[in-house]
Amino acid sequence: MAHHIDLVSEAEVTPDAAQPFAELGLKPDEYQRIREILERRPTSAELAMYSVMWSEHCSYKSSKVHLRSFGDKKPDTDVLLVGIGENAGVVDVGDGWAVTFKIESHNHPSYVEPYQGAATGIGGIVRDILSMGARPMAVMDPLRFGDPDHPDTRRVLTGVVSGIGGYGNCLGLPNIGGEVVFDPSYQGNPLVNALCVGAMRHEDIHLANATGVGNLVVLYGARTGGDGIGGVSVLASETFDEGGPAKRPSVQVGDPFMEKLLIECTLEVLHAGLVEGIQDLGGAGISCATSELASNGEGGMHVELDRVPLRDSSLTPEEILMSESQERMCAVVVPENIDAFLEICEKWDVTATVIGEVTDTGRLIITWHGEVIVDVPPRTVAHEGPVYNRPMQRPDWLDTLAANDPLVLPRPTDAQQVRDTWWVMAGSPNLASKVWVTSQYDRYVLGNTVLAQPEDSGMIRIDEESGLGVAISTDCNGRIAKLNPYIGAQHALAEAYRNVATTGATPLAVTNCLNFGSPEDPEVMWQFAQAVEGLADACLQLGIPVTGGNVSFYNQTGDVAIHPTPVVGVLGVIDDVQRRTPMSWKPGDSILLLGETRDDLAGSEWAHEVHRHLGGQPPTVDLEAERSLGRLLVWAGRDGVLSAAHDVSDGGLAQTLTDMAIRTGLGASVSIPDGADPFMLLWSETTARVVVSVDREHLAAFLAMCAEHGQMVTPLGRVASDATEPALVVERVYGGTVTLPLGELRAVSEATFPRLVR
Amino acid sequence: MTARIGVVTFPGSLDDGDAGRAVRIAGAESVSLWHGDADLKGVDAVVLPGGFSYGDYLRCGAIARFAPVMSVLIEAAREGMPVLGICNGFQILCESHLLPGALTRNDSLHFVCRDQRLRIESPSTAWTSQYVHGQEIVIPLKNGEGGYVADERTLDELEGDGRVVARYLEINPNGSRRNIAGICNEAGNVVGLMPHPEHAVEELTGPSTDGLGFFASVLSLLVSAGSV
Repeated sequence: MAHHIDLVSEAEVTPDAAQPFAELGLKPDEYQRIREILERRPTSAELAMYSVMWSEHCSYKSSKVHLRSFGDKKPDTDVLLVGIGENAGVVDVGDGWAVTFKIESHNHPSYVEPYQGAATGIGGIVRDILSMGARPMAVMDPLRFGDPDHPDTRRVLTGVVSGIGGYGNCLGLPNIGGEVVFDPSYQGNPLVNALCVGAMRHEDIHLANATGVGNLVVLYGARTGGDGIGGVSVLASETFDEGGPAKRPSVQVGDPFMEKLLIECTLEVLHAGLVEGIQDLGGAGISCATSELASNGEGGMHVELDRVPLRDSSLTPEEILMSESQERMCAVVVPENIDAFLEICEKWDVTATVIGEVTDTGRLIITWHGEVIVDVPPRTVAHEGPVYNRPMQRPDWLDTLAANDPLVLPRPTDAQQVRDTWWVMAGSPNLASKVWVTSQYDRYVLGNTVLAQPEDSGMIRIDEESGLGVAISTDCNGRIAKLNPYIGAQHALAEAYRNVATTGATPLAVTNCLNFGSPEDPEVMWQFAQAVEGLADACLQLGIPVTGGNVSFYNQTGDVAIHPTPVVGVLGVIDDVQRRTPMSWKPGDSILLLGETRDDLAGSEWAHEVHRHLGGQPPTVDLEAERSLGRLLVWAGRDGVLSAAHDVSDGGLAQTLTDMAIRTGLGASVSIPDGADPFMLLWSETTARVVVSVDREHLAAFLAMCAEHGQMVTPLGRVASDATEPALVVERVYGGTVTLPLGELRAVSEATFPRLVR
Repeated sequence: MTARIGVVTFPGSLDDGDAGRAVRIAGAESVSLWHGDADLKGVDAVVLPGGFSYGDYLRCGAIARFAPVMSVLIEAAREGMPVLGICNGFQILCESHLLPGALTRNDSLHFVCRDQRLRIESPSTAWTSQYVHGQEIVIPLKNGEGGYVADERTLDELEGDGRVVARYLEINPNGSRRNIAGICNEAGNVVGLMPHPEHAVEELTGPSTDGLGFFASVLSLLVSAGSV
């Protein structure tokens, strides 16, 4: 039976026809509002468009009122060339170069179908960067998985890692960092966030708008298929329920080869000056691209939907509008340029089709074989969706959590117990070597990777002539955010900021991926609002603006939400990447701890790994201390004073020393200073601390710089002079000495992941 | 006037820019060649770069082998033009029958990216003359289908004729027969290598500069042959 086409003319005369708005994810009052806007019932095609565009994922309807803080509290800075609201923010990094970067979530699809979910997460964020006019330069992946020993974790972990590698490697973008964190709170809701960074000359910045009446709307890239229909409304904007229908058909399928062609083809048409406006097709597909382009431009567009090239000729107009088939872009081209545009597409074997034109009617009109199926004001679809002031409530359990003090937990009291704890921590899933993961990603392609995992930040060269480069780090400790979401967001920012500065780059701008439970839960909404305020306040204080980001709600199964996880990405700039500071110390270096260590065990890796404990007061985030420390690290790096630096965070000082020793294969001898409690010094997670190593020649100069900055310095010991029988030796540990042979330490660290995925 | 070395771009080539950079750092001129043009633009040597030509959805290199540029390249290679195939380029050379054998899925079933130690087994090819026999080098390896296979007789022949160009040391990262990382044709002008020397030409971005020798070797050969 042929599919019935619901025309606008029919909708006008059949006001009472029943419509499946609830199945499409719309609430009754939202449906009513659509009827008011249109002054009639929507056609089924219009209903499809509104349902995807008004979904939480596309409309930010629950988060919008809070996200305004990032604009209201924007620091006074002129680095932002393009701010929040476009596909991605753009930052001025000097010498006429601009850099764009953004994180997005692909959490829900990655649980349903880990390989394709993670793969298309990369694809989507890369197209966001591309649509700003930038050449994508690198990707990173902050990942969160459930309990490492849960039987389902292996499925998700291996699938996600293969998907990221399978797509990113074939696409030709180096993967330069990210995070892999396990916590039972992510069991049914793993977090797969993807970051992409791209670079362009200032004059190459492009925006998503359809200007110029009579200009042509071109859809190019992959053909449209039945994959990913309603991904944003059905998957990303609802909670998973046990026993619900399988959602696999809502996950998109990626073709990285097509994406690679799309990148080269798009950059060529942009550089040839053939494009007036450009938009990628991601969530909500053609519905999103056409309504956003029209809404940002002259306000009118006429689209002939039957011209869209299809992979499956049986698709209905509604399905074509909602399909999230990957590797598609939409461009606005003046008629004189269309032949040149199509010629470049043909060179790259990319299908390109004129599907419509820009009009001045103020309406988005879509026809199907000549008959009108959509006639709407585009702003009402793209930008004037519902806005909710959702109820918020501070959870009562926070007080119970805060009172559960980790300082009373049993801890090691002699050298042997410290040694035992060291082994346990070094092999724990959150601290163990991530080589099993990162060796499946190409970190070399494009030849500009200066630093990559496990370094503190990923660093890439932007300009081969001058050595100008950028560094990026993403961080978040969800346990801290659970204890206090305001501090948790600041904690994430402080760590990412510190990581960037540790490698010698000056922090410049911020992106975020705010992963939370259901916004319909007042306690989750409170966590969200607190995290946004915390992040906005801290960005203002550090003077680095938020350039954009992503909100992922509904990361919860039943009524159990994930730990609030505001992943924060900080981008820094470095004038000459030759001046970077790596984490590999050199023979004979002095090892120094910068910053003060307090009794910070709440939310620490030690409390989690050894006691499965979460409670107490989270560490103070001292932003002035972070800023001062960051400045010192950047100056010292630029002056060539530091051999190496590595921040102290998850797993405390013990883990920092372990990482640095394993990285180089050089042992070290350190000694617990007078007055310090060995356990607390080794495993506390006080913020604003970094370990540096300095050679003899530069030690005096560096100590003078520390004095000038008022930076507290604690000498710890010395790196071994060669790599014979390397070991970490820690003296004065409760009257004893702890000796950790590096071979064993590395073996313990590297054995964990192969065991988890076996 | 210096040597002009072509780098072919197929749809899905990824390390073409990197191969071009390595050629320039070695002191030669890099010339971009397009898969769809049966034209070598008068270059003195050619690099087939790494990547996933045509997505490698069929057998790796199986479609690229039929590109118009390959018809003229195969002819030129048979007449002695130096050709280096890296990773996907190695796969294309095997599919083109310029080199024997084939590359199969890594035995780990995972893509692997690592700094790989190699031993140069034959410095008497167009691309390895700057190394000495037995020299150990460390260059990046990154592939999903890098396991070199051939029948026993072919493997014996390759070893007997000194046509194994490089072998993996410490670990065999992909299950290659007899730890083979690279081979050459009988004349020694065509070399296929699974690891990526073009990613070891700058201290800044590579694990070493050990890879530069491949590009310097062909440049010195071309200069001494008076072809430039």
